[in-house]
Amino acid sequence: MTSEEAPGPRDIAVVAFAQTDHRRSTAESSEVEMVMPVLHDVLAQTGLRTADIGFTCSGSSDYLAGRAFSFTLALDGVGAWPPISESHVEMDGAWALYEAWTKLLTGDADTALVYSYGKCSPGLVRDVLTRQLDPYYVAPLWPDAVALAALQAQALMDAGLTDERALAAVGARSRADATANPHAQLKGRIPQGDHVVRPLRTGDCPPIGDGAAAVILAAGERARRLCARPAWIRGVDHRIEAHALGVRDLTDSPSTRLAAERAGAFERPVDTAELHAPFSSQEVVLRRALRLDDSVCVNPSGGALAANPVMAAGLIRIGEAAARIHRGASDRALAHATSGPCLQQNLVAVLEGDPR
Amino acid sequence: MSKEPVAVVGIGQTRHVAARRDVSIAGLVREAAHRALHDAELTWSDIDAVVIGKAPDFFEGVMMPELYLADALGAVGKPMLRVHTAGSVGGSTALVAANLVAARVHGTVLTLAFEKQSESNAMWGLSLPIPFQQPLLAGAGGFFAPHVRAYMRRSGAPDSIGALVAYKDRRNALKNPYAHLHEHDITLEKVVASPMLWDPIRYSETCPSSDGACAMVLTDRAGAARAPRPPAWVLGGAMRSEPTLFAGKDFVSPQAGKDCAADVYRQAGVTDPRRDIDAAEIYVPFSWYEPMWLENLGFAAEGEGWKLTESGATALDGDLPVNMSGGVLSTNPIGASGMIRFAEAALQVRGQAGEHQVDGARRVLGHAYGGGSQFFSMWLVGSTPPDS
Repeated sequence: MTSEEAPGPRDIAVVAFAQTDHRRSTAESSEVEMVMPVLHDVLAQTGLRTADIGFTCSGSSDYLAGRAFSFTLALDGVGAWPPISESHVEMDGAWALYEAWTKLLTGDADTALVYSYGKCSPGLVRDVLTRQLDPYYVAPLWPDAVALAALQAQALMDAGLTDERALAAVGARSRADATANPHAQLKGRIPQGDHVVRPLRTGDCPPIGDGAAAVILAAGERARRLCARPAWIRGVDHRIEAHALGVRDLTDSPSTRLAAERAGAFERPVDTAELHAPFSSQEVVLRRALRLDDSVCVNPSGGALAANPVMAAGLIRIGEAAARIHRGASDRALAHATSGPCLQQNLVAVLEGDPR
Repeated sequence: MSKEPVAVVGIGQTRHVAARRDVSIAGLVREAAHRALHDAELTWSDIDAVVIGKAPDFFEGVMMPELYLADALGAVGKPMLRVHTAGSVGGSTALVAANLVAARVHGTVLTLAFEKQSESNAMWGLSLPIPFQQPLLAGAGGFFAPHVRAYMRRSGAPDSIGALVAYKDRRNALKNPYAHLHEHDITLEKVVASPMLWDPIRYSETCPSSDGACAMVLTDRAGAARAPRPPAWVLGGAMRSEPTLFAGKDFVSPQAGKDCAADVYRQAGVTDPRRDIDAAEIYVPFSWYEPMWLENLGFAAEGEGWKLTESGATALDGDLPVNMSGGVLSTNPIGASGMIRFAEAALQVRGQAGEHQVDGARRVLGHAYGGGSQFFSMWLVGSTPPDS
């Protein structure tokens, strides 16, 4: 090693983002067919070909497809020939991006393709997600994702941190903002509806839908050549909490706060935050954990209440935040992804554009 | 751009058996993790992040089990990543963990892979039907047997080679207290006389189905300096993937495997693997994959791998010992099998492999593959750090 070598980590940016239109069902197409257009889109945005990509990483879950190794066929959409340097996380694509980011930090690659997808339509996603729970004590009771989120919402209300009107306003704002998002599944003025599981109403819950997203990362000068205004990743961190709901304070999200701190989110204010909050009540929790006040534009895309393709919705938050920086609508944005029941695991990324 | 050197300072695995009915999934993984920490003389609080891998979630019937396992692995309040790259996952998981250290994102990382196949039925876990796609043909053996046939035809190998591998690996397993199969009365004749399952693969040339977990503690240069026992240094590591099915695919010697090995050798400065590498733990779930992978990995010329096996070079006392631990043929908790290969390679260069230690093993290869010979992950570990 020579003393001339740069001591700090290298700069890495999101240089392209694409997503599908998110829809209630895509029964007519396979996962490969769903993923291919977004892969072609990000490659076209950068002018790169598959063979130019240094590292590829994807995120998905076998349980949505209802079969083992579902991701092995999605790889066909990448065109992995000649063979590629590639990996996969059984997680939301936001964590695939994290793996790709660390790979680029090592210097082994200068560009990375990250993609993820979720087809929720083949099964009953409320039932499917119960299989995430402790298999011996909890999963046999089949508590579904809405019921668990309702527990969290009720805890928030009991603590005096929100009420049904405030939650309804989160849903209404998200779907109003989504009218500007051509990919969103639910948009416009949608009635709050009846209770699904008290205190959550239809409007507090995400739509069930299919969709995919892709991002390209590039390091240093490479990023500047591929994108007029790269979204530099200033920090990214993720943390997990205990699984059992009984040992967690559901009104708080310490893992989000810690991840944000480690990602540098609190060093300077952000102007935009894309939060992966599938339930309106979870936005309340996240806003508090991330200390976001009304000066921050939260979920201008409509967020997960407008489109929630499971396993892609977190990566889409990073993509949406990056795209705002690309087009000059944001200078410093926070993106958040979550996994597990009631915000068990959380990732925070801080993105910045070059000064204008 | 410089990378932090990565050292393996702790290794732990469970005693592998057909069914660990005495522990939950959480109990199983904690046992391996605890042993790795004990080996490194570290505690849970010394670990900065956890990277966990296993093969399909349908094998246990738990979706994304890392969520449920966060408490058991001391991950609460820490980053936890879950890798899944089919059968190569144990190796890939270790490489993802190694990258966290190499990138200087974390100083000390716990990585673990497991499979508790007795919780469910692995064959049916692989056989969930999907319209318009080829079902796996009666388990993995049905998929791989035609490719073994193709190898035999291409190389002119005699029918006897597969049994030699199985006999060797099962005898090696007798020296490994953690191995699943301990067949004390095994003979070559018994292997040859065992029932034919998927011609040409016989019962005794097939991996078992195991419950088990394997864990490693990976750390940076500073962490290695504090390690109580000799570390194993990662000299090179790589992953490669190619599509499962396409017209140009060579199932006998996939290009992704060759490219992956070439990348590892380049990183480690290996120019002649046969000369520069002392031993190898290779993912051999069916006996014939030893000669096939010997060629794919560059230890033998194309068509010559079976001669290396037949010569005895790959025996424990040969000049290129392969699968000293007994290999996948003796122990196969699928998601953990790749990591066991990586960990056994590290044990060898640390001089900690006990009765199946190869004298003077200084550079050892760990290898894993998965899917339809589609995903590859490998690392080469050494007894001295990469810079010296």
